[in-house]
Amino acid sequence: MGQLLGGLPLTLELASISISAGIVLATALALLRAGLRPGAWFVRGYVYVLRGTPLLLQIFLIYYGLGQLGWVRHSVLWPFLRQPYWCAILALTLNTAAYGSEIIRGGLQAVPAGAVEAGRAAGMSRPLLYRRIVLPLALRQALPAYSNEMISMIKATSLASIVTMMELSGIAYAIISETYRALEVFLCAGAIYLTLTFLLSRAVAMAEAWLNPHLRAGTP
Amino acid sequence: MPDILASLTLLGFGPTGWGLQLLRATAMTLAVSMAAYVVGMAFGALGAWAKLAGRAPARLLAEAYTTVLRGIPDLLVIYLFYFGGSQVLTALGHAFGGEGFFGLNGFTVGMLAVGTVSGAYQTEVLRAGFLAVPKGEIEAARMAGMGRLLMLRRIIFPRVLRFALPGMGNVWQQVLKESTLISVTGLVELMRQIHIGAGSTHDAFAFYVCGFALYLALTTLSGVVFRAWEGWSLRGEPRVAGRMAA
Repeated sequence: MGQLLGGLPLTLELASISISAGIVLATALALLRAGLRPGAWFVRGYVYVLRGTPLLLQIFLIYYGLGQLGWVRHSVLWPFLRQPYWCAILALTLNTAAYGSEIIRGGLQAVPAGAVEAGRAAGMSRPLLYRRIVLPLALRQALPAYSNEMISMIKATSLASIVTMMELSGIAYAIISETYRALEVFLCAGAIYLTLTFLLSRAVAMAEAWLNPHLRAGTP
Repeated sequence: MPDILASLTLLGFGPTGWGLQLLRATAMTLAVSMAAYVVGMAFGALGAWAKLAGRAPARLLAEAYTTVLRGIPDLLVIYLFYFGGSQVLTALGHAFGGEGFFGLNGFTVGMLAVGTVSGAYQTEVLRAGFLAVPKGEIEAARMAGMGRLLMLRRIIFPRVLRFALPGMGNVWQQVLKESTLISVTGLVELMRQIHIGAGSTHDAFAFYVCGFALYLALTTLSGVVFRAWEGWSLRGEPRVAGRMAA
């Protein structure tokens, strides 16, 4: 168990970096999708490809495939892309952004037209309107669905173990193949993952309550 | 351009091409996914039944099943079945006087592991589908004197299918993508074959891009099939806005 917990920081790191970078990218993609045609088509293609292919293949393409291309090896990014750590983060981020952008798109569509009109009538510029009215409303709307995506990202970090990262699942695999005590290790690692996902869903529920003061019990 | 031509020859059906292996591996991916989906369907039906109509212990068990299996990574479940399965089999084998090591093959492990995970999602999909069936229809069937089995076959099953199909389609897409994880057991399905090809030809990029295309084709095709099936299950329904037929 102690050995397994040693993998926890890396799991948390992979999950938190890719989830937060993913949210930023997802928001940008959702806005692009709502905008002019070339951008919208690009986002549609991006989402189609990334959601239609398995995450493991995406990780492999980035980790094993990109290194074969000469211009990637000679680019400034190579010091990052040669490390499994950054490859895993890049793949996880790109993947979650595709799913996330669809969730945020749903949130954007749920913003009442009246709120946008009111902002415009008050003389807000487009960036101000987005920052003050549209995005807060859209993100609040999208949060419950986004928590599912975050939980599946925590689970998805386990795939990083296949490209040699020693996070929770990687360590679990090492212990199992050494001791052949699959059930015990599985129960311990499973309990850690369950705790993580449970804590995350509680945290999101709390954030939801905080973002929706008008829905709290006791308010008129 | 010679680079691209070389890659295409590599992926084609010529004497140096990997086309045949890739096709065979695609068939294997489909086979193991379908097997896992059937297992998941069985678990899902059982779980939904336990949650809806079971006694307290069955309900609790189903609750634990869906909570745990949806909260831990599938990769861990595959490891459990892979290593744990051979552990159990070896113990059983020795108990019956066998010797040495008994193992499960990759197909069985993958089918059971991915099936068990997808069953947890399928449970919720089927449960929601059943809850969406109007009570009056069940009462009407009972009033018409239908037996339990006839009612299940004629009323409940088609109605649950109609409400659950979109969710079932999602579970299938998930199973298809999760089947890549079965490659860790050594089963030569599409992911494994692509990885082998990439490792042994120095043209990794072409193989992975080809993998993208093949998986995209699989997911797109299954999307088409499920939408058609959905349209069929909605036949005879009034087309109301917001409840669109395919």
